[in-house]
Amino acid sequence: MTLVSGWGRFPVVDSDVLRPRSFAAVGEAVSGGTVARGNGRAYGDAAIGTVRTVAMTAFDRVRSFDPATGRIRLEAGTLLSDLIETFGPRGFLPFVVPGTRFVSVGGAIAADVHGKNHHGEGGFGRYVDSILLRTGQGEVIEASREQNSDAFFATIGGMGLTGVILEATMRLRPAETGWIRERVISASDLDAAMRALEASDSATYSVAWIDCVARGRDLGRSLIYLGEHAQTDELAEGAAAFPAGKDPGLSVPIDLPSMTLNRYSIRAFNELYYRRGARRAGGSRVVSLYPYFFPLDSLKDWNRIYGKRGFLQHQCVIPQPNARDVLGDILERVARRGDASFLAVLKKLGQGDGILSFPLPGYTLALDFPVKGDILNFLDEIDRLVVAAGGRLYLAKDARQSRATFAAGYPALQRFNAIRKSLDPAGNIRSKLSQRLFDEV
Amino acid sequence: MTSRKSAIVLGGSSDIGRAAARALAKAGYDVALAGRDVAALEPDAADLRARYNVDVGLHKFDVLDTASFEAFVDSLPALPDVVVSIVGLLGVQQNAESDLAHATMIMRSNYEGPSLILGLFAERFLARGNGTLVGVSSVAGDRGRASNYVYGSAKAGFSAFLSGLRARASRGGVHVVTVKPGFVRTKMTEGMKLIGPLTVEAPVVGDAILSAVEKKTDVVYVSGKWRLVMLIIRTLPEAVFKKLKF
Repeated sequence: MTLVSGWGRFPVVDSDVLRPRSFAAVGEAVSGGTVARGNGRAYGDAAIGTVRTVAMTAFDRVRSFDPATGRIRLEAGTLLSDLIETFGPRGFLPFVVPGTRFVSVGGAIAADVHGKNHHGEGGFGRYVDSILLRTGQGEVIEASREQNSDAFFATIGGMGLTGVILEATMRLRPAETGWIRERVISASDLDAAMRALEASDSATYSVAWIDCVARGRDLGRSLIYLGEHAQTDELAEGAAAFPAGKDPGLSVPIDLPSMTLNRYSIRAFNELYYRRGARRAGGSRVVSLYPYFFPLDSLKDWNRIYGKRGFLQHQCVIPQPNARDVLGDILERVARRGDASFLAVLKKLGQGDGILSFPLPGYTLALDFPVKGDILNFLDEIDRLVVAAGGRLYLAKDARQSRATFAAGYPALQRFNAIRKSLDPAGNIRSKLSQRLFDEV
Repeated sequence: MTSRKSAIVLGGSSDIGRAAARALAKAGYDVALAGRDVAALEPDAADLRARYNVDVGLHKFDVLDTASFEAFVDSLPALPDVVVSIVGLLGVQQNAESDLAHATMIMRSNYEGPSLILGLFAERFLARGNGTLVGVSSVAGDRGRASNYVYGSAKAGFSAFLSGLRARASRGGVHVVTVKPGFVRTKMTEGMKLIGPLTVEAPVVGDAILSAVEKKTDVVYVSGKWRLVMLIIRTLPEAVFKKLKF
């Protein structure tokens, strides 16, 4: 047995980790209590099998690529960072990227990850045409919108519970450059932030960094980052059409003492960050796609700044009609505690594509908390507000929500379970997450 | 129009072989992959073509079949600019201590075969007046250790061969690179206890090989830390060294 955890380093649990090198070996690895794992960037327990975990990153081959259409067939362990570095210089980028490029394609499908363009362009699954899936009962099937469509829509956002994703065919976006024209808007409170996001529906990319320790009339003050793909003629003289993708230069070499992040250091950081951003507001500039999409990737192992007890990310989505009031209530409570970390994110989402996809039309708020004190009780309290508002939590980030919260947030669960059962009657595919939230007890 | 540079990777199905082939193809080389099982190399060839839009050839090559080496080199459609030998066999030290056949296989896979094939390519390169040969050896060859001296001694022989070949061939316009990767997370090392800060991923080795080819480096320790570690290990007096169990 090996101790395994997700990116949040909580919980840490036992599971046998296997690294098959052939699809046949993947099949042999799957038996009671198995789930696939990509690059381990799910925060909680989604990519940990109850008995064994099948690591998929050795499967990183591109099968074919058509430069006329941007259509690509690849093995599911391929990382988005690899796709960006390989195909960016050839004029193609993934349509959807989450906040880190170090995720596998299989993981991105399983979590139906969203990016800063979800309000207009949808999630990762929208650009997936078909999936080669090894089901729990041992069949290898090709699933698409036309063929095995139930399996297809259950696999997109299905957290790996329909089987092991072996390969996928997806579309890449033609992109003349690897640069983004970024415009920053400062919003002095939550109302202003939401108004600015509403007014930015036509922007390709939009996201707000929200100061979750600011209180009173500053509650919800935000910096909104809008982005458009830059054309060649917008680049600085002599700039390469595609920026160099540097490996993370800085890294966090050790677990920092958990007191490094406290209400004073966070408050000071946020104050500086907001003021600096507000000064830049209004103008626009061309930035490399790396800092625009992946601000934290430049700090390797940033999850260690929370100390060895790990951290929890709470990411909820609140349907549009209730969003303002409920988010105000949540932020009020979070600000009063003062221990939510920097880089809380507010973002408008559109419709999800998979049966269990997280997004729904409304606003998503993502907050990080170090694991300590009464944080679990506090998050249960927040969950009650989310459930009452008809919202839900993002499974890729979750490590602790209750069955009741989950069931309330995902009304399509029964349909998902029926499809899962048909693909895996014996229940071979099980993760720690499914054990906690889905499986019959 | 200048024709594109070409490279052949011997041991193309290994993790380091795949990484080296990718790094070379990314830099614009047409790449040939050579290994025992050509069919097994097909997905990697497709990967290189799809990613980098380069020509990829596949060739059957068995490092133990030294009698076939001349025919192998003759059968190549053209003499490449770069030859990278990744082939090697870690084996099991404990078995090699009593099983002569196993020890022989480790010695032949890591020393005899790689040396002979690179030596053969060297002759062709010298006749042409240019070319680069890359041998992936090991830090294990820097000093024989109790825990893996059969493998280590074969790598030591290979390193010495490369060193001598380099001295001779450099006068004829041919460059020889010795690569000592240290711990790499690969199929070969799976299940071994690797020391985190001294361990790299295969793509790092691939990039180091490309960089050594382009910069004409002589000896590459992929992680600079290994140069220091091996300096210490090499300078320990034998009386102390023989008491160490590692």
